[in-house]
Amino acid sequence: MTVTPVDARPVRMLVNGDEVEAQVESRRLLADFLREDLELCGTHLGCEHGVCGACTILLDGEPARSCLLLAVQCDGAEIQTVEGLGRDGVLAPLQEAFREHHALQCGFCTPGFLMTASYVLSTTPGVPEERELREALAGNLCRCTGYHNIVDAVQDAARRRQQTSPQKEG
Amino acid sequence: MKPAPLAYCDPTTVDEAVAVLADAGDEAKLLAGGQSLMPLLNLRIVRPSVLVDLNRIEQLSEIDARETGGIRIGATVRQRTLELDATMRERLPLLVEAVRLVAHVPIRTRGTVGGSVAHADPAAEIPAVTLVLGATMHVLGPTGPRTIPATEFYLGPFTTGVDPSDLLVAVEFPPQPPGAGWAFLEIARLHGAFALVGVAALIHAGADGTLEDARLALCGVGGTPVEIEGLDELVRGQRPSASLIEHVARRVRETIEPFTDTQAGAGYRREVAGVLTARALHLAASRAGLEVAA
Ligand SMILES: Cc1cc2nc3c(=O)[nH]c(=O)nc-3n(C[C@@H](O)[C@H](O)[C@H](O)COP(=O)(O)OP(=O)(O)OC[C@H]3O[C@@H](n4cnc5c(N)ncnc54)[C@H](O)[C@@H]3O)c2cc1C
Ligand code: FES
Ligand code: FES
Repeated sequence: MTVTPVDARPVRMLVNGDEVEAQVESRRLLADFLREDLELCGTHLGCEHGVCGACTILLDGEPARSCLLLAVQCDGAEIQTVEGLGRDGVLAPLQEAFREHHALQCGFCTPGFLMTASYVLSTTPGVPEERELREALAGNLCRCTGYHNIVDAVQDAARRRQQTSPQKEG
Repeated sequence: MKPAPLAYCDPTTVDEAVAVLADAGDEAKLLAGGQSLMPLLNLRIVRPSVLVDLNRIEQLSEIDARETGGIRIGATVRQRTLELDATMRERLPLLVEAVRLVAHVPIRTRGTVGGSVAHADPAAEIPAVTLVLGATMHVLGPTGPRTIPATEFYLGPFTTGVDPSDLLVAVEFPPQPPGAGWAFLEIARLHGAFALVGVAALIHAGADGTLEDARLALCGVGGTPVEIEGLDELVRGQRPSASLIEHVARRVRETIEPFTDTQAGAGYRREVAGVLTARALHLAASRAGLEVAA
């Protein structure tokens, strides 16, 4: 068997639960595929070399840099972006917590933080310790908030999730 | 920026991957986790015309824990997989401790063990651990498979015994000696950033509490990871003590030839290498259950 490298390929993936099929150029970054081909502009591009974390998405449930993935690599994968967190105009509890705690200012970093934080919440039982949480979020940079409010928001979301009969606030 | 035009393939066997490399010659690059290569493509520092994605080759993503205690880690085993693996934590705790200092979780979910070793950044943590633990690299080239011991593998910054036509298949670690103490410590500007200086240490003692061996390798202090040779002779038959540890730290400061860059000066790196060595040896001794005499 020989394999032949190609300039473009068809891909199929599940993006926020929706089946997507497209022909993509091999060099197309996943981030650009999401933003430009699927018009899901919630995923932001800051540095395009892995440092800032703004482009973080969930790939098969795990956080990854969409600026360091090619769309063709994601054939058959399941992708979650910030657009998939809330549905029908209703914010997810984590997003609510960000809003209440003033965990965003310009909002450029926010989609990346939300995706990393949603992974942290899905993999940590209870309320993560501040130190642990700061380490888990250290791969996301924010130029505005100074991080305190982001940490508060994630801890609060974890706390609310713990309550047996959560009362919706706000 | 965005990658320049390129042709992509994702073979499912190592033989297919090597065949594509042979066809494409210097024009091709292997893609593992992409956490070092993709930034270079995005910035167009590297412009391969063919990209060979290794992520669909199942054989490369296997961890084979041998009955004998040794572990063979497939080249595309993710750093994150390794850090969460119970067997790895038990059998290769030094490697796990180092891996946790590589970048951040959303990077370790993609970054691979083989990619780090093949990339051979002089500041990278995993290559230093391969030296201390005496790992063996399994390589497949156009003329067949071969092995390269870690001590002969790192040739210069970003240069190893893996040629452009070769594929690194696996990194094999021999069993860590029973009762050994270990430590990986580093100083970096930020948690998750590349180390300014990192130290991997492994010591083990006999039943009488005297040392049988000590091994150290550092990253961030030269063009390759640097192993400090001859420590076994220096420590053998002695009990761990503050003065012995200071002696080893001095040996490290005198052996290394660190460089100056925008991150830190050579003098600072030399000093920090000594300090981290002493701390790592204290920690390794306590993990081996050894008391360090004042
Ligand atoms: C923000 C950021 C911070 C980082 N911090 C650190 C850090 O602190 N410490 C650290 O060590 N690293 C760090 N890295 C890099 C690390 O994450 C990479 O995982 C690692 O350097 C390369 O592994 P990879 O699997 O991503 O390889 P790739 O990026 O896919 O490949 C790297 C190189 O190795 C070659 N290669 C890969 N696999 C093979 C193989 N099987 N056979 C032959 N050649 C192969 C490729 O062709 C390429 O030239 C960081 C990266 C980022 C983006
Ligand atoms: S845009 Fe991907 S990490 Fe900055
Ligand atoms: S809110 Fe502006 S960068 Fe984080």
